[in-house]
Amino acid sequence: MVKTQKTKLHAENVDFYYGNTQALFDINMSIPDKQVTALIGPSGCGKSTFLRMFNRMNDIIPGTHHTGIISMDGEDIYSPKTDVVKLRRDVGMVFQKSNPFPKSIYDNVIYGPTIHGTKDKSELDAIVEKSLKGAALWDEVKDRLNTSALGLSGGQQQRLCIARALAVKPKLLLMDEPASALDPKSSARIEKLIGELREKYTIIIVTHNMQQASRVSDHTAFFYEGVLIEFGETPQIFTKPTQQRTEDYITGRFG
Amino acid sequence: MQHLHREIENLKKEIIREAGLVETNLRDSIKALMTRDHDLATEVVARDTLIDELEVEVEEECLKIFALYQPVAVDLRYLVAFLKLNNDLERIGDLAANIADRAVSLSIKDLLNIPDQIPRMSELVQKMLKDSLDALVDLDGEKARDVLLQDDEVDDLHHSMYAVVGNEIKADPKNVEIWMEILAVSRYLERIADHCTNIAEDVEYMVNGEINRHNAPKS
Repeated sequence: MVKTQKTKLHAENVDFYYGNTQALFDINMSIPDKQVTALIGPSGCGKSTFLRMFNRMNDIIPGTHHTGIISMDGEDIYSPKTDVVKLRRDVGMVFQKSNPFPKSIYDNVIYGPTIHGTKDKSELDAIVEKSLKGAALWDEVKDRLNTSALGLSGGQQQRLCIARALAVKPKLLLMDEPASALDPKSSARIEKLIGELREKYTIIIVTHNMQQASRVSDHTAFFYEGVLIEFGETPQIFTKPTQQRTEDYITGRFG
Repeated sequence: MQHLHREIENLKKEIIREAGLVETNLRDSIKALMTRDHDLATEVVARDTLIDELEVEVEEECLKIFALYQPVAVDLRYLVAFLKLNNDLERIGDLAANIADRAVSLSIKDLLNIPDQIPRMSELVQKMLKDSLDALVDLDGEKARDVLLQDDEVDDLHHSMYAVVGNEIKADPKNVEIWMEILAVSRYLERIADHCTNIAEDVEYMVNGEINRHNAPKS
């Protein structure tokens, strides 16, 4: 079931602060390559903060700082040598609320590649087709690529955002509650898609939906009050957690 | 308390009620056998229907909870254990009814002394049932493990019955039917002990999440 794989991301003694408020406490964690890792925990537990460290999204929040090391493929992503633009290309992100640009479907997908310098029309066409297929949206939109992305349904918009993330050939996909605003059918579509994407990408997903975490992920990490309480293979976490606080949380006894 | 946990509490009460009926029926079936009490034996057989009905109720309740709440971790383990031990309880009920059936037919025959193995086995399996149910009520993994240790003596007693019955039949072949019935009782008791160990193993699983079915401790 669970593949034994090399480490994609590594966090070592990571502390994180919003001003004087410490949000993460000494996080140590190795996230395996080409697997799905779910981060769960009550609101304010630090899981989204942790997720945003991987593409340095927290950098843009004033007054934040961190200590410790976060590395991807063995390279410190907070090193002064790191090209943050390249990092954010390597690390795609999908948010809770789908956020397509008010442009055509086609233009949404080519937005990233264009910024990164791809100009050739046939190359862009190929990227659009490949990305939309990767996000399992191609068949639904191939005949209306030039219509506005805002005309798509919520579930389709979310898959478009995934396609947009895939268009720049990321190594890693971060998903922050990607299906929480969707109806069950669209949500199931996204979950199926995550199952397909894990063949090619390392995925980290933050979710409040425990069943979703257990369905889509290979590994699950439980955060509580900024501390990583337990990290293990998903079947183990959901049948036999080793920590009482994990058990209390996933069985709904608190949080 | 959450809905799910209230449902699980109610389910546990139901199972304990079923277990109480099973204990009573086992005790009475043995009593009926030993005292040639025809009426008590038929009563046991009649009461088995109640156990069967409760078993179905408990199973439906378990399935409902799975469907509505998608339990995980300790809740999941409890429900799986309930579902399984519910089945073992019902089987013990059936075997008690079988013993009562034998008690009915033996009550009208001239007998002979029932060999000592039978009351000894009866005592042991009743204790195993009681201990496994106490372990369930108290969620006591240690007690559950103790139940597993008691099974060997029941097995040994049952095996020794073959020689006893064989010798008795050789000595007086016209009693063959009676002795086949006695051997059947021994077999039922041995089977009950096995179901008690199943319950104990389910309790162990509930408590610590370990499936120990195929590496039970040896005394």
